[in-house]
Amino acid sequence: MSGTQVNEGRRQFLQVGFIAGAGLIVGGLSKQVAASSETPQSSASKASGNLAPNAWIRIAKSSEVTVVINHSELGQGIFTALAMIAAEELEADWSKVRTEMASMDPVYANPAFGVQATGGSTSVSTCWEELRKAGAATRELLVAAAASTWKVPARECRAESGKVVHQPSGRTLLYGQLVEKAAGMPVPDKIPLKKQGDFNMIGKRMPKLDTKPKTQGKAVFGMDVQLKGLLTAVITHPPVFGGRLKSIDATKAKSMPGVRKVVPISTGVAVVADRFWQAKKASEALRIEWDLREKANLSSESIRARWAELAKQRGVRVRDVGDVETAMKKAAKVVEAVYELPFQAHGCPEPMNCTAHVRDDGCDVWVPTQNQGGSQEVTAAVTGLDLDRVRVHTTFSGGGFGRRGDVDFVIEAVEVSKAVKAPVKVVWTREEDIRHDHFRPASYHVVRAGLDATGKPIAFHHLFVGPSYMDGIIDTLAPAIMPRWLPRSLKNAVSSAAIPIVKYARSAESASGGAAAMPYAVDNVRLEYFKDDPGVPVGAWRSVANSQHAFVVESFMDEIASAGAKDALQLRLDLLKNSQKWSNVLRTAAEKSGWDRKPPEGVYRGISVHAFDATPAAMVAEISVDKAGLVKVHRVVCAVDCGTVINPKIVEAQISGGIAFGLTATLKGSVTIAKGRARQANFDDFPLLRMDEMPRVEVHIVPSEAAPTGIGEVGVPPIAPAVANAVYAATGKRIRRLPITSRDLATV
Amino acid sequence: MSMQKRGARKMIELKVNKKTYRLDVDPETPLLWALREELGLNGTKYSCGIGECGACVVHVDGEATRSCVTTVSEVKGKEITTIEGLAGSIGEALQEAWIEGDVPQCGYCQSGQIMTAAELLASNPRPSDSEIDAAMSGVLCRCGTYNEIRQAIHRAAGRPRP
Repeated sequence: MSGTQVNEGRRQFLQVGFIAGAGLIVGGLSKQVAASSETPQSSASKASGNLAPNAWIRIAKSSEVTVVINHSELGQGIFTALAMIAAEELEADWSKVRTEMASMDPVYANPAFGVQATGGSTSVSTCWEELRKAGAATRELLVAAAASTWKVPARECRAESGKVVHQPSGRTLLYGQLVEKAAGMPVPDKIPLKKQGDFNMIGKRMPKLDTKPKTQGKAVFGMDVQLKGLLTAVITHPPVFGGRLKSIDATKAKSMPGVRKVVPISTGVAVVADRFWQAKKASEALRIEWDLREKANLSSESIRARWAELAKQRGVRVRDVGDVETAMKKAAKVVEAVYELPFQAHGCPEPMNCTAHVRDDGCDVWVPTQNQGGSQEVTAAVTGLDLDRVRVHTTFSGGGFGRRGDVDFVIEAVEVSKAVKAPVKVVWTREEDIRHDHFRPASYHVVRAGLDATGKPIAFHHLFVGPSYMDGIIDTLAPAIMPRWLPRSLKNAVSSAAIPIVKYARSAESASGGAAAMPYAVDNVRLEYFKDDPGVPVGAWRSVANSQHAFVVESFMDEIASAGAKDALQLRLDLLKNSQKWSNVLRTAAEKSGWDRKPPEGVYRGISVHAFDATPAAMVAEISVDKAGLVKVHRVVCAVDCGTVINPKIVEAQISGGIAFGLTATLKGSVTIAKGRARQANFDDFPLLRMDEMPRVEVHIVPSEAAPTGIGEVGVPPIAPAVANAVYAATGKRIRRLPITSRDLATV
Repeated sequence: MSMQKRGARKMIELKVNKKTYRLDVDPETPLLWALREELGLNGTKYSCGIGECGACVVHVDGEATRSCVTTVSEVKGKEITTIEGLAGSIGEALQEAWIEGDVPQCGYCQSGQIMTAAELLASNPRPSDSEIDAAMSGVLCRCGTYNEIRQAIHRAAGRPRP
């Protein structure tokens, strides 16, 4: 293998090499990540040594281009989007581009989290620069190699669609013919990136790279992992949150066909068998005595009563602008309302699962995960192996929506494999998946607004009570974020509070996502958070706290508009004069929906706007309500500004998917608690939106040349308030609790 | 029961994708798990296990059937077709239409969607929107690809077939 190292700018190194059988390899080694995660020695050895583990782009002699993807494909189209970014600069032939899921390497860490992980709609924005540079550097090397072959100046040569063309003579060489030579070429100090106007792929509806295998049943999800001698384990978790195992009588279960072992693990009891069905039947035959502990009387009603009391107290002031109390006293009118949101399950189509093979000298883990770093860390912790002896293989994920950022099922698979000394696939039944989800937190909100005599809000006060979604996740993330060379015993001793992401997660701000950034220009604003954890497991759920706060703030904005006799759109636009991105999407959605024209007979409209992180989206929902109180959403018009669009098809799909996800929580189910457990367990009592309930969706993307921002979660927050506001227009009834129930709206 | 030994059970004959298999499984085993674990046909998915979501739909003698709530003993000797064996003009038209529309997001439910759509087109070559909704609304897609699925079915229906 030959290799050169390129110091490309201050931040990063690009490495170039050629490996027989693999071809040209361009890899990256981010200085920032290296500094925090590697010893100086290991960084140095990497820089001069093996390039393959942290490659971004490989080109084979067959001209096939492989883009290595460091983010999990959950359905958000990230394999395609990231490959397009690299392929654009590389001037690749899209039909020759394939993707490969990254292995574990510090270079693949997500700078937003400090570990290799997918979430927060950060994949495109964090990879945009790096993949463009890797693609451009590779292109420059190929052009230089061609120029050298033809003995012509490089400026006479141009890369296009997988080949280099010598423009004066028209000669061409395919990338595959140039790879060996290209690896030995010096990389120019400056790597020019393409101008937006010159893009051939970015912004175009390129076909997605994972469609074909997913259409033919060939895509390999975690459930589909097959290994020689693989056993299957079904887990029974304590019925009550926080319960513990007291005793097991496994006599009958052990005698059933195919059963290998019954293993008590940290989270419950695993029945290990040759086949899933055998393990499931045997786990039903277990006689387990549980110590139910203190949560056995917990219910949604008791939680609600407690929060209603706590909401009378002062919370942590997350945002405090002006003087809310004085302004309220001066107000001509004060509007106040209580909003409530329930726990929500993820309902990933693929139930939680993980395959682990623990051996004396190492461990392999195959898992549909959003958290490779955390998976590696907990595997090392359970087995006592060094981190570099743990290999995490990421499969396709049948949905993720944040649930797969947790690693509870990874710990289980590793514990079971360690106990039976064989490869084991832990498969959660749907019932375990819903009952033992890490739910979107429930929350209780009190909102107040003071209006002046003209109806303009002069004070806005939002207090909310509930658990924080980050609390559950951060314990497993924290050790993974700390430097790799730090011994595990020390990691546990070191206070993780010093790590910025941990600090953020523990703060009131993480639970305030989407509320603290409330953009309306009101002179006096206060946001207060009273953190209260009733002991129901919580976690990240597509758009995290934004799904709660957007419903509250955007519904209440409509209440403010009504109280002040103002148009819901005009009031928002008046208060968004200094937030151009927001007012743009709002105006676009209104215009495209025909907001100023009368809707068809019996149809009513509602509007909302919300930004997930840096991406604002506005929605207009058109609905009708029948006599039985059933809400039908006919059409949703969405306008969104996500900066430079990589693939409009993916943006549309994410908005549409976010609407379906958000509508399920608006119109269908929720998770309620009784006797310390979730009442719901499957899609019969936790129903999902169906085809005949899916509205027509129109997505309008605001043109932009700014750097791309996230899109995966953007579609969820605005839909609930848009629908709730339309329901008010239709019925005069305010929806302050989700999901909307037909009982509340029925007129017969 | 507990004395039941593997060898003592009767072998069950399954005809899947035009091949005949003899399986040594508990006759109460759901077809889904026999397909996945005994035959390695992983395109058919487990999601709810109670016949509620449709991710596990296969054809049994041409009829869309939820394999998670169908035991192997119930389908003895019947013609079973899975996504891996979906062939013929309807199957091809659907898969082409799915690819053209880039329908899947996470993709987990799509085998069940396509198998259900194939049964629909076999009995109704040019379904209307509401006929598609009626046939497809029992197959859940958490990613919300419903509009794209409906369009793809229309496209497949419009494709000239011999």
